Amino acid sequence: MKQTLQQVFHSGKFIVGFVIFMALLLLVIIYPLFIKDAPLAIIAQGSFFPPGTYVNIYDSINTTDIYTLNLQDAAANRISSKLSNDDREAMKEWLIGDGVPADQIDTSDTASLLDLWEKNYDPQKNIPGMIFAQKRYYQRLNDSVQGILSTEGEILAALNPETGTLEQIGTVNQSDYVNIDQVANVRVLPLGTDNFGRDVLTELVKAIEVSLEIGFVAGIVATLIGLTLGLLSGYIGGWVDDMIMFVTNLFTVIPSFVLLVLISFSIGQEQRGAVTIAIVIGLTSWVWTTRAVRSQVISLRNRDHVNLSKIAGHSIFHIILNDILPYIASYVVMALILQISSAILAEASLSILGLGPKTSVVPTLGLMMNWAMIYQAEILGKWWAYFPVIVAIALITFSMNLMNTGLDQVFNPALRD
Amino acid sequence: MADKISSCLKGEGLTKIFGVGRRKTLAVDHVDFDFCEGKIVSIVGESGSGKTTLAKMLLGLIKPTEGEIYFQGKKRDISSQKKRREYWKNIQAIFQDPYSSFNIFNKIDAVLLDCIKMRDGKKLTNEQKVAMMAEACSFVNLKFDELTNKYPFELSGGQMQRLMIARIFILKPKVLLADEPTSMIDACSRATILDMLMKLRDEIGMTIVFITHDIGLAYYVSDTVYIMEHGRIIESGSADEVILHPKEAYTQRLISDVPKIHEEWDLSTVQYSVS
Repeated sequence: MKQTLQQVFHSGKFIVGFVIFMALLLLVIIYPLFIKDAPLAIIAQGSFFPPGTYVNIYDSINTTDIYTLNLQDAAANRISSKLSNDDREAMKEWLIGDGVPADQIDTSDTASLLDLWEKNYDPQKNIPGMIFAQKRYYQRLNDSVQGILSTEGEILAALNPETGTLEQIGTVNQSDYVNIDQVANVRVLPLGTDNFGRDVLTELVKAIEVSLEIGFVAGIVATLIGLTLGLLSGYIGGWVDDMIMFVTNLFTVIPSFVLLVLISFSIGQEQRGAVTIAIVIGLTSWVWTTRAVRSQVISLRNRDHVNLSKIAGHSIFHIILNDILPYIASYVVMALILQISSAILAEASLSILGLGPKTSVVPTLGLMMNWAMIYQAEILGKWWAYFPVIVAIALITFSMNLMNTGLDQVFNPALRD
Repeated sequence: MADKISSCLKGEGLTKIFGVGRRKTLAVDHVDFDFCEGKIVSIVGESGSGKTTLAKMLLGLIKPTEGEIYFQGKKRDISSQKKRREYWKNIQAIFQDPYSSFNIFNKIDAVLLDCIKMRDGKKLTNEQKVAMMAEACSFVNLKFDELTNKYPFELSGGQMQRLMIARIFILKPKVLLADEPTSMIDACSRATILDMLMKLRDEIGMTIVFITHDIGLAYYVSDTVYIMEHGRIIESGSADEVILHPKEAYTQRLISDVPKIHEEWDLSTVQYSVS
């Protein structure tokens, strides 16, 4: 036993799979200890806020300590963040029309571009082929460039309740800074928010947890059914075997996914909890485990050690538990791992069709995909709403398949590299 | 001599057919035999002649298609698990391949304790059980202290086969079916195993059915010899009678197939009488 475990942990594939899986499991366990928000709490007004750090503006203005920093690149950063790519391209176009050689204009270098603009732009000048609307556009662009270049601060004013007039209460200079630690409200949203304004990362962690749960429940249900039927049918043989194989073959012929869809549909939206879906998935995917276990048991039941156990007077159940089960245990563990990963995929497929667990209770990986799809995240380019989910599904199944291959190599020496 | 000996295991018209229709194979074909108590009986034949199938029918592991088996004069009844347990207290087996005969997940102690439990129930104290296991191990020249807490696969093939005999020593069945117990073992251990089988017969009075393809070994250990060909018993009688004066051509061929090394034994005379 100890030796087998040692061998298992010497298999590179198994270790990689195990590490990935453990990392996901640790994330699921540790993350909720620090972020205690409800996974489905709607925190944002509006949908699909991009990933990033969100600093409260009101709190930043009202912090007691204002620091003055004279940073060389502050102005340049400010200007470059305000000058969009379209504006830069338009400026380049005007400059080329004015006769500046194209190779001298570098749109990515904000300082030199603005220098050229300052030197050459003249609102009165007529560029051949330019219509009036374009000319107005360049005048507006120039105004905003001048605004960007201004070094004045902003005035803070408050409404006087008695007179109804605005009174200056302070100024914010361009060189004013606050320490982010002193701002009361800062929220990091590493994966932004989804269509309902919920934190995608918190939701994703909960979804991984629920999906793993569904996978385990479905995998265990499927493996238990498959194992029991396979053992009975393989060991007892005769009419028991015929009966079980008849039912098994029936289930093999009917595509299990169609069955799954039909059952989920007939259960109804309100009754579909995560566990219900898991059991339904388990009930439709035991077929191949049964067939595989049966064939393994048939090859085992005529071995000498089984015969020896028989003539030692042991009962059928004693023989199955002690002389058959340990020999196929490694296979069953591998089958279980595959069942878990395929159950997670089955849940995702079901949820994408809208037949997954009831929404608004818990998120699952499939439900997150479903929401992203319904709200057209992929068309709007809101990658953070669906890409992390895809990565999570891929990592789970990849790690489980790696572990399965690793175990296969340990238990089946013919497959070792 | 014959008057004293009572019949122990008797078969009448035993037949086993595998498969149905065109793929039907006749493994054992209307075999009659009568094994006497306290003797070593050899069943000799090539591979595929139905020896092992016959042994499995005698053990009750497979059902005969036709025919009856009588144990100690009475018709064998193994219809329920309880009756089978009783039957298996009296008839035990050693299998061909010692490496696959043990459940690799059970320790040696567990294997032997199982036998003690089967023989005496649960009424023994732990000391008595250990003493019994130690006795059984010393009977087969193994040291129990060295074996305890080990797994069968940590032993050599010869040691494993001796452990099987230790099982038999604890169980003390009336009949032992030894299905080619020496074919997977090196030549040095072979003689030890055979000597132990003879010791079981001499000390406990066990009937031993020795199944082999090697007529030299059969002559070495047995009192009575049955020759099997294609599922039928074609010749039987005392060892001297069958092997020194074979009547059937098949028996003569089996004898001539024995490797030369056996000529050093008593078989040297046989070679001349045959040719």
